[in-house]
Amino acid sequence: MLELPIYLDNNATTPMDPRVLEAMLPYFTNKFGNAASRNHSFGWVAEEAVDYARGQAAKIIGANEKEIIFTSGATESNNLAIKGVFEMYQQKGNHIITVVTEHKCVLDSAHHIEKIGGKVTFLQVKPDGLIDLKELEDAITDKTILISVMYANNEIGVIQPVREISAIARKHGVLFHTDATQAVGKIPVDVNADGIDLLSFTGHKLYGPKGCGALYVRRKNPRVKVTAQIDGGGHERGMRSGTLNVPGIVGFGKACEIAMEEMATESVRLAALRDKLEKGVTVMEETYVNGNTENRLPHVSNVSFKYVEGEGLMMAMKDLAVSSGSACTSASLEPSYVLKSLGLNDDLAHSSIRFGLGRFTTEEEVDYAIEVTKKAVTHLRELSPLWEMFKEGIDLDSIEWAEH
Amino acid sequence: MAYSEKVIDHYTHPRNVGTLDKAKKNVGTGLVGAPECGDVMRLQIEVDDNHVITDAKFKTFGCGSAIASSSLATEWLKGKTVDQAMEIDNMDIVEELALPPVKIHCSVLAEDAIKSAINDYRVKNGLEPIQLEKSHH
Ligand SMILES: Cc1ncc(COP(=O)(O)O)c(C=O)c1O
Ligand code: FES
Repeated sequence: MLELPIYLDNNATTPMDPRVLEAMLPYFTNKFGNAASRNHSFGWVAEEAVDYARGQAAKIIGANEKEIIFTSGATESNNLAIKGVFEMYQQKGNHIITVVTEHKCVLDSAHHIEKIGGKVTFLQVKPDGLIDLKELEDAITDKTILISVMYANNEIGVIQPVREISAIARKHGVLFHTDATQAVGKIPVDVNADGIDLLSFTGHKLYGPKGCGALYVRRKNPRVKVTAQIDGGGHERGMRSGTLNVPGIVGFGKACEIAMEEMATESVRLAALRDKLEKGVTVMEETYVNGNTENRLPHVSNVSFKYVEGEGLMMAMKDLAVSSGSACTSASLEPSYVLKSLGLNDDLAHSSIRFGLGRFTTEEEVDYAIEVTKKAVTHLRELSPLWEMFKEGIDLDSIEWAEH
Repeated sequence: MAYSEKVIDHYTHPRNVGTLDKAKKNVGTGLVGAPECGDVMRLQIEVDDNHVITDAKFKTFGCGSAIASSSLATEWLKGKTVDQAMEIDNMDIVEELALPPVKIHCSVLAEDAIKSAINDYRVKNGLEPIQLEKSHH
């Protein structure tokens, strides 16, 4: 039996895997110790659990466990990477390079750098969402200390050419940070093969708990350091103070382990479901898939249904939990900056829906989603004056729209 | 954000969706908003010899609240005289549909669409267009 509503917003967050919850539970109750308590078994038990989880988190990105700094999530990891590198390497330079399609927490950390005297280059992306490597290399100056480019985008799922980026960074002696929040656990990520110096990831995007993530900080070739942004007891090799969130860390580690074990089969299953969904909805005319479809996460599809507005559409698909790049969904009234940066007209950005499949998505759900989406789009196009004009062959660009 | 029952009702069963013949002299058409802003509303009225609105139709590209606002507007318009219709205020729509503050502009759009349809009708029939305060949202 199909249970409604259907959750197709797995890029926003994922449900926790019951196996993860099970691993966490004892650490809320009888194994409640502080991992920093060195003098009794409560502390030792907690520390052992944290060490174990550190190994699990390291393994999924091919790192050494000593290179994992636990944080409260990817937002904090990104802040720590960008601000921490900037502070630590001030002597070397004050310039960082990032991309306009990054997550807000990267963009706003970069804006913070500008406020405190740094310089930031925000690279544009090509219409498929990928950066231009030549533009990246041209942006590097002798003051550049950091390149921060996300591994995979949260709205359209495109995967940046990480190895090429890191090669350029290496060549110029610049550190490379990647926000791999959407990639880890979904596609193979290896900090050594990929040439990554700092990497952010988080538990709740890979079927683990919210409020727990990590920053990978390379220890060898080169040895990277970041200045702590939270001062205190000097936990996490002095880079992130605060009593460790032991249950969260245990869950995060377990989630990494499961994701790594199941990635190979799961990514094939999800890509097949995603393709089915995409084929099913793009049979409708004036329907477009956004972003590069070759270098893309297996579980996400971002589609614009021209002449219908995303929020209105989501309302008609009320049994599907999806998200939209439409402005009406955000308080700002600006449509998605990611879609706009692809060069999409605002009206196409307003018409977009992101489908994010996940571990618990079934084929039956996908079939249902296709039907609901098609019905909703058809219903709203009947209501849409733009659709009517399009059908009458009126060029919408020729109309003088009332400014507001 | 949850929608009010009335918004959902108008959204799922929109009243008076459709198109009137805009070439007719007694039909007034208002087209407001812009695709880039994520909202376009087209509202039309058909008026009889006594200046009474006998029919109203809409089509809207926009969020659920915009669709509901225009659907409600067409209901309210029917049977009103053109002058009475001029009195419809967006805040009446906000109240009726229990729109939250971020959705007020959807109701403003509906008010704009009404006024713009009325002015189209007036101009077609040799009357002065009514000066509108420029509403911004
Ligand atoms: C690409 C990307 N970076 C960072 C974050 C923030 O992660 P967190 O919620 O763990 O702070 C998210 C999730 O919203 C994301 O998708
Ligand atoms: S039309 Fe934009 S929020 Fe309603």
